[in-house]
Amino acid sequence: MYNNATPGPSPRIRKVKGRVEINIQQCKGCSLCITECKEHALTLSQEINKKGYRYAIAHNELCTGCVNCALVCPDAVISVYRTKVQKTSPASPQNIEQP
Amino acid sequence: MILEETYNTKTTDSAEEVYDTVYEPPCTLLDTPMHYCPGCYHSLVHKLMMEVVDEMQIQEQVVGVAPVGCAVFAYEYMDIDMQEAAHGRACAVATAVKRLMPEKYVFTYQGDGDLAAIGIAETIHAINRGENFLIVFVNNAVYGMTSGQMAPTTLPGMLSTTTPTGRDTSFYGQPIKVAELMAQLPGAYYVTRQAVNSANAVRKTKKALLKAFQYQQENKGTCLVEIVSNCPSNWKMTPVECISFINEQMLPVFPVGDIKVPKL
Amino acid sequence: MSNEIRLMKGNEAMAEAAIRAGCDAYFGYPITPQSEVLEYLAREMPKHGRVVLQAESEVASINMVYGAAGAGFRAMTSSSSPGISLMQEGISYIAGAELPCLIANVNRAGPGLGTIQPGQGDYFQSVKGGGHGDYRLIVLAPSSVQEMADHVFLGFDLADKYRNPVMILSDGAVGQMMEKVEFKPYTNPAVDKSGWATVGKPKDRQRHYITSLHIKPEKMEEHNLHLQEKYRRIAEAEVRFEEIKTADAELLFVAYGLSARICQKAVDLLREAGHKVGLLRPISLFPFPEKRLAQLAGQVKQMLCVELNAGQMVEDVRLAVNGKVPVSFYGRMGGMMPTPESIVAHAETLILTRHDS
Repeated sequence: MYNNATPGPSPRIRKVKGRVEINIQQCKGCSLCITECKEHALTLSQEINKKGYRYAIAHNELCTGCVNCALVCPDAVISVYRTKVQKTSPASPQNIEQP
Repeated sequence: MILEETYNTKTTDSAEEVYDTVYEPPCTLLDTPMHYCPGCYHSLVHKLMMEVVDEMQIQEQVVGVAPVGCAVFAYEYMDIDMQEAAHGRACAVATAVKRLMPEKYVFTYQGDGDLAAIGIAETIHAINRGENFLIVFVNNAVYGMTSGQMAPTTLPGMLSTTTPTGRDTSFYGQPIKVAELMAQLPGAYYVTRQAVNSANAVRKTKKALLKAFQYQQENKGTCLVEIVSNCPSNWKMTPVECISFINEQMLPVFPVGDIKVPKL
Repeated sequence: MSNEIRLMKGNEAMAEAAIRAGCDAYFGYPITPQSEVLEYLAREMPKHGRVVLQAESEVASINMVYGAAGAGFRAMTSSSSPGISLMQEGISYIAGAELPCLIANVNRAGPGLGTIQPGQGDYFQSVKGGGHGDYRLIVLAPSSVQEMADHVFLGFDLADKYRNPVMILSDGAVGQMMEKVEFKPYTNPAVDKSGWATVGKPKDRQRHYITSLHIKPEKMEEHNLHLQEKYRRIAEAEVRFEEIKTADAELLFVAYGLSARICQKAVDLLREAGHKVGLLRPISLFPFPEKRLAQLAGQVKQMLCVELNAGQMVEDVRLAVNGKVPVSFYGRMGGMMPTPESIVAHAETLILTRHDS
């Protein structure tokens, strides 16, 4: 089982919020991205895509947009986007998403 | 239960959050799903090549030469003009293309069987002539397309369908260190060996490919980028297990790093 | 350029013609009896800003021709029997990828290392296809230094017209002999190759790729049917041959290249001796002049096929004649060349035996 880490209960406060988009129909479930992601923001699905592969699922609330997953993705199915966390007040609850 | 939707993104953008794009697959990489096995680094190197073509904006000036091997279908995935060479003959094909169109960028994309076994004469002589093109050499120590036979770079003791009890060096000799071998030819201008089994390795490989194309533009001679690769199916490992096999078994025999760097 | 007349070796006439025919790139490897082609072009091509390269092997040479042709350039190579054998895989790829190019084989006697003397033992390899798969080369057989030059212009034009490799099947004697050769003004038809050549993909078109790979059998068969249809069109339009004194011939010689030259002398000697003989000289070996031979089979009593081998073209003559008249064979091998007199003697015995029976 490659689902090596389920996302932690309370994500650490992130200065940058990343978002990963995965073309799950072309993902082959090789898990290289999961291994590379330091934030454990990627896990392998239980469902299968049209090709019969389990695919990577992004838990973007943990993602810092570091691009490692996209770099190591052999099939170029990952796109990465990033935004700065608004500084309304440091560590105020509303800019910490709950998973 | 089979998923229908294509993209899955857990969070929805709230109105005022504006995301900038950090990475998207290169547009010269066609969206045809690649036939490579899950986790195969061929597709990753295809992606890197097309990232380089995108960034240097040379889609209109580049001609690639595909080998015979797993990457025989490279031209199905790269949105550039390409030629399919006979097994081992990519460097000869590329020689002609480059000599007839010296202003164009030319590269060959070859596996270890193609370049170091049947095609080693064409490779050595193209480099010895200093042919001004880039050789992208993907070394995964096995014949992948034909499902797992020994290659010139198969490691000592490594199992393959033609070395069922492991490569016996007293019988088949040692793996050929292509980068070191070719670096000795005066025609070789820039020779490096890289890997792609981690994000950092991928970054370095990308830099090497970019550098090689820049040298080609300056007519410096042949550039060779050897990329230590994997073969999950024939190594009989998961892609994740291949990462450590490369680190622990492959890289000691095929050390990563620049082997011949031009003196500036 | 008005007609220029020069005294040249066959090999050099072929090389000079390549330059005049707009050959953009020549790749070759030394092998007797045709090294002069590479030497001549190594000297002359750079003066015209063209690419000439001595490759590391004939295998490399033919694959360089593949690359050059795939990029839309006029490409040529030449070699002799053992070297041409090394090129067979590349030639099959070129035929499969439908690339135009010119390949000259200055045939020497074999098999194996053989000798450097002339031979015609590569007929089957050239005409039936020496590489793998169903494909055909257009094969032209020069029998003079003039034709060594003419067939280059014709060969390049046919290659471009049909997007097919063309072979000039010469031999050591025609390649090495010196004769008068006349170069007529030539205009390159400049066939448009921009629809498939790999020159770098501009925004406004799909990418081009040159391949002979069709992994799906349905596609591969479709491609083969397309090739066969092309070969049928070639067979219809591109048959070339010469007839000498065939109008009232009762014994017809069939011979190409060097053998045809010797048979021409034999025909004269036999005619002086009162025998009604003629010669049909195939100039294109593929497409083979089978229709004309079938017609002549209705007029002549017998045919005599003369070759420098153990009997190869004779099979195609028999196929064309289809049993209507007997087709005999006379040949020499190992680089030995038959004298006209030996052919006359052989023909006379055939004429006498046919006469009595």
